[in-house]
Amino acid sequence: MSLLALEALEVAYGGIRAVKGIDLAVESGELVCLIGANGAGKTTTLRAVTGLVPAAGGRVLYDGADISRLRVHEIARRGLALVPEGRGVFPQLTIEENLAMGAYARSERSAVRADEERVYGLFPRLKERRRQTAGTLSGGEQQMLAMARALMSRPRLLALDEPSMGLAPIMVEKVFEVIRAIAAEGVTLLLVEQNARLALETSHRGYVLEGGLVTLQGEARALLGDPRVREAYLGE
Amino acid sequence: MDTFLQQVINGLTLGCVYAVVALGYTMVYGIIQLINFAHGEVVMIGCMTAFSVIVALAGSGLPPIAIVLLGTSAAVPVCMIVGYVIERVAYRPLRNAPRLAPLITAIGVSIVLQHLALLVWSRNIIAFPQIIQLKLFRLGHSDTSAAISNVQVAVIVASVVMMAGLLLLVHRTKVGIAMRATSQNPLVAGLMGVDVNRVISFTFVVGAALGAVAGVMVGTYYGIAHYQMGFLLGLKAFSAAVLGGIGNLAGAVLGGILMGLIEALGAGYVGDFTNVCFLDKFLPGFSNACFASPESSLFGSNYKDVYAFIVLILVLVFRPSGLLGERVGDRA
Ligand SMILES: Nc1ncnc2c1ncn2[C@@H]1O[C@H](COP(=O)(O)OP(=O)(O)OP(=O)(O)O)[C@@H](O)[C@H]1O
Ligand SMILES: [Mg+2]
Repeated sequence: MSLLALEALEVAYGGIRAVKGIDLAVESGELVCLIGANGAGKTTTLRAVTGLVPAAGGRVLYDGADISRLRVHEIARRGLALVPEGRGVFPQLTIEENLAMGAYARSERSAVRADEERVYGLFPRLKERRRQTAGTLSGGEQQMLAMARALMSRPRLLALDEPSMGLAPIMVEKVFEVIRAIAAEGVTLLLVEQNARLALETSHRGYVLEGGLVTLQGEARALLGDPRVREAYLGE
Repeated sequence: MDTFLQQVINGLTLGCVYAVVALGYTMVYGIIQLINFAHGEVVMIGCMTAFSVIVALAGSGLPPIAIVLLGTSAAVPVCMIVGYVIERVAYRPLRNAPRLAPLITAIGVSIVLQHLALLVWSRNIIAFPQIIQLKLFRLGHSDTSAAISNVQVAVIVASVVMMAGLLLLVHRTKVGIAMRATSQNPLVAGLMGVDVNRVISFTFVVGAALGAVAGVMVGTYYGIAHYQMGFLLGLKAFSAAVLGGIGNLAGAVLGGILMGLIEALGAGYVGDFTNVCFLDKFLPGFSNACFASPESSLFGSNYKDVYAFIVLILVLVFRPSGLLGERVGDRA
């Protein structure tokens, strides 16, 4: 059984369908990427999965249960975390407080404390600045914080929406390094990216989204070699 | 000097009450950007509820302090329920409506609460039984020295305790961090597992509890209550919140205390400032009233209520973000 399965998922904004019936599955332990041009419906798909927008049709199965009628916080509490597009850090909370929000649904204090040390190990920059407000961080540091915060919830499935957006190449490298480290720890990942090459090189499998529909899917390596992908997304 | 000191003491007392009420406005505004105009009525209901309990127990032989505390402990839960119901019934369905809709609803809720109070407590001005013996502590040696009363001390101490408690709640507890996170980005707060609706309800309930205590303080301090008392009190506290920077807790405290001081000093000195008798020197016979009383002034202390509105207008014109208001760019 897949950890996450979308079945004919449709999402509409005020009557206009942005996602037009997609099927997608993520197995436990996998790293799956979703690539596509601007406006293809990638963010909308993640919003529907996390309950931020209602599904207009189809189902979202997580761990075998249909979660498409649940509220945002109920889905989050089942271990499905999202690092949203644009990071969504709380700018006036300190870095520590942002991390505490990540662990909001957890009660085991000592485990939370241990995880805090663990994410500071991944992102030493955050530890240095832990009493500063998140609004004072650079874009790259905010991305690190958003990922660290999501990890604080100990997610079973972590969805990342364009984590490399707007970052300098060296920061992009760092972000992908962390993504590989998270995957190596056994967290299941659903990665949305515009940087198709890097995403496919990092993932096990991939889906290509166009105009709200899945047009291609398969092993990441196979997609990297597919002439249609090479032409449209790898700039060859 | 004694008059000045006395007005400062009176102003601080009043300012503490305004600050506690202003916190209710500013908390709700901070979390859902709604001006809850019905908050003044919540304070009124707190005052009235305490009044009913105090009247019922006045002859019971219990110590006066115990009676007032019992009145307060009845007012607080009643107001918490009222605050919860207002949000649930009137504001939540309009969460995503254009801003004007909840604003008009808030005014409607005010009117409904006033009329419910009218049904329960009548349209008359209600005199609070003066069960607490007023004690004055003189701050000087003469009988005309400024003095602070036991009620004033109690009002100030209770207010400071509540304000400190609220700051601790908001900055040091998990639910407090969730409140601030929700005010900055409710969608992301939801992604963190925060039940945003519960946090919003909690904010209303805490604000209403503070309002209830403020109501009891107003009742015991002034000794009277009326079903429409929430209107002016609410408007002044709201002006105080705007003065401090709406949405900012420290701002509400600062704004409230300043508002109390401005009002008390204004009331104490407005007569002197607007005394027109000196004009007689230049224009003999300018004011016949000056023969009758050299104290003749254009405005007397009954004009004290205008200060809040002068302040509100000045703030809105010259510094709409308030004294401690955040720059708009800080909001995500
Ligand atoms: N809140 C909204 N209201 C109306 N239409 C929207 C809304 N959000 C997105 N859309 C539309 O839905 C479609 C899909 O948008 P979406 O944000 O999912 O694309 P995306 O694949 O994430 O693009 P990008 O790579 O630019 O982030 C677009 O046509 C967009 O204009
Ligand atoms: Mg997007």
